[in-house]
Amino acid sequence: MIDTAIPNQVFVRSQLVETLPAPKSEVGPLAWARANLFSGPINSLLTIIGFGLLAYILFALLDFLVLRAVWTGENREACLGPEVGACWPFIKAKFGQLVYGFYPVDERWRPNLVFLLGAILIVPLMVRTAPFKLANAVLFFVVYPVVAFFLLQGDVLGLPLVSTRIWGGILVTLVVAVVGIVASLPLGIVLALGRRSQLPIIRFASIAFIEFWRGVPLITVLFFATYMLPLFLPRGLEFNGLLRALVGVSLFAAAYMAEVVRGGLQAIPRGQYEGAMAVGLGYWRMMFLIILPQALKLVIPGIVNTFIGLFKDTTLVLIVSILDLLGQLRAAFADPNWATPVTEFTGYAFAGFFYFFFCYGMSRYSRYVERRLNTGHKR
Amino acid sequence: MSVQEGISPSPSTGDSGRVSLVNNPRVRGFIFQLITAIIIAVVLYIFVTNAQTNLRSQGIATGFGFLDQPASFDVNQSLIEFTQNATYGRVLLVGILNTLLVAAVGIILATIIGFMVGIARLSPNWMVRTLGTIYVEVTRNLPPLFQIFFWYVVLIKFSPSPRDSFSLFNAFFYSNRGLYMPSVVLGNGAIFIELSIVIAVVLALVVRYWARKRQEQTGEQFPVLWTAIGLIIGLPLIVSAIFGFPITFDVPELGGFNFRGGTRVIPEFVALTWALSIYTAGFIAEIVRAGIMAVSHGQTEAAGSLGLRPGPTLRLVVIPQAMRVIIPPLTSQYLNLTKNSSLAVAVGYPEITAIFAGTTLNQTGQAIEVIAITMCVYLTISIVTSIFMNWYNRRVALVER
Repeated sequence: MIDTAIPNQVFVRSQLVETLPAPKSEVGPLAWARANLFSGPINSLLTIIGFGLLAYILFALLDFLVLRAVWTGENREACLGPEVGACWPFIKAKFGQLVYGFYPVDERWRPNLVFLLGAILIVPLMVRTAPFKLANAVLFFVVYPVVAFFLLQGDVLGLPLVSTRIWGGILVTLVVAVVGIVASLPLGIVLALGRRSQLPIIRFASIAFIEFWRGVPLITVLFFATYMLPLFLPRGLEFNGLLRALVGVSLFAAAYMAEVVRGGLQAIPRGQYEGAMAVGLGYWRMMFLIILPQALKLVIPGIVNTFIGLFKDTTLVLIVSILDLLGQLRAAFADPNWATPVTEFTGYAFAGFFYFFFCYGMSRYSRYVERRLNTGHKR
Repeated sequence: MSVQEGISPSPSTGDSGRVSLVNNPRVRGFIFQLITAIIIAVVLYIFVTNAQTNLRSQGIATGFGFLDQPASFDVNQSLIEFTQNATYGRVLLVGILNTLLVAAVGIILATIIGFMVGIARLSPNWMVRTLGTIYVEVTRNLPPLFQIFFWYVVLIKFSPSPRDSFSLFNAFFYSNRGLYMPSVVLGNGAIFIELSIVIAVVLALVVRYWARKRQEQTGEQFPVLWTAIGLIIGLPLIVSAIFGFPITFDVPELGGFNFRGGTRVIPEFVALTWALSIYTAGFIAEIVRAGIMAVSHGQTEAAGSLGLRPGPTLRLVVIPQAMRVIIPPLTSQYLNLTKNSSLAVAVGYPEITAIFAGTTLNQTGQAIEVIAITMCVYLTISIVTSIFMNWYNRRVALVER
């Protein structure tokens, strides 16, 4: 209106003025630093102390792991100097033992093939756009464990038998973790459904099972599986040590998984159950077609957390003399050929990187899945 | 729970005649439960009969009589008197007490570190926040057993020999043999000092109750903390002065290659408790952060507009409300720490799993009794802790109309 009323006023601008840049003190790295690092005397002090601490830790790690590290050598002589850092030749010399345990050198292609198959199957399972998800999942969760077992154990198709007693290292860590993960999820779902069932005997049995396993530490479960389980089984039915530990770990993880899944089941509104019944679905179809897909999606972070916990708990098998990565590492420390002041720290650095890589990777992946599956039901 | 009513269809009311028995949910449910019960009973029966034949054929004794037999091994840390010819029952008691000691010290330490890191992760200061994040990611993603081994090696490698031990006031000595502290020796009349401590604590509680009442009525504040400190320190001091200071201290002395006298804290205990506290604190930090973030920002702003400074705002407004969100997951972390104390078996700290489920089982061979007792102890600790924390949770829970 105003434009048309006074068309020829020269002192009225017809265009917007160019916006001025924000003041120097409000943008850019300096302003960010002032707001986030030096917003007051106490904060400035904290920043300086924190920076000093971080720089000290990072430099000490870099110094020990890279700058002062020994890279070549045949035995302990190489790592005996006064100012020596990490002794990497130790890891190199013991690498086979740390990865395969005492698995025969000539047969190590079998665990390698198992690792490769696992990687080939799990990568497309984790990438969203990869096709054939269902077939892939069946292959990984059902076919792969069976194939891997016979490939590793041998005694079929002309492969020589390799007793589980001499498996070890990262191989055992991954076997325990994968078996625990594959077995605990379905078992946990069944237990969670049992705990939510309205049939009293089934509910009571599930509650007793879950609360019992959750109330005791994993070590006592492993002791139970190692010393007590053989007494309960008929004579002649011999389980080997690894299988007994696997049973213990799976039952233990299943109880925790059941509580996670129960949380998801409780979060599904009643209308979903009623809707499923209204279209005439029975209990199992209602659960598997309507309730569980929604419930499991809700608790993916919890499920992955249980997996991470399980992965960390695999270390405990060394207490019942099954030498996983940490167990083989400690066995390697006992070798007088490599006894130096830095051997143990080198070994722990290696194992630390391995565990951190897997656990941190899993937690990152779960956050990614959580974001992707967030289909907007949350407030 | 209300969902269950929804999924229990009951067509037997009304026209039950038209539904065949096979499709009747009640009949089905009954048969399903009967099958489950039979399976459980059969498995239990097989287990029991197998156990009986196996025990008989291997010549293993049964029953709890072994608890009265002498255990011929030594324990390197015990809160109660333990001699070479103590019984296995005594071993069990020592183990339980050592487990509880690790759990108690670990829980206190983990809570302090966890709250500090959790609050640091919410700091407006980027540097502090980043350090908190690094702490949480590193401690949570490494296995606890790994951390125990690591700290144990650090402790053993970087601690001086007894001759060059760090000392404080020439009374506390730290070396690779552990921490030596003066121990308290009670003389005649010491019982009155103990009594006076109890009385002082009771008095402090009474003062606190009275001060709270008065503040609610009049708004006047009373320095409860200083009064309590004065009472708890002052009263025993006065009483011991009356009785001529009957308490003496047994100060450790370096003799030869080791210390004599005093109380010793073994390095295994330090490594175990420290590693478990560091590990659990990472989880507690995340719980605290989530709890504080669950308190609406309006609460902080309201506190600020009332004139509260950031410190009292956090202490009086935010934390009490955050506690409601924090308590339930915190309970399970406390229980996890207690259960993880069983990892002591790896470094040789004598708690229940190491000396009872380990050594005692190996010596007696009575696997069933020993493991059953061990599991029962852990179950009891779990249940008691949950009951206590549930009680505390109810106390701090939001009371809504």
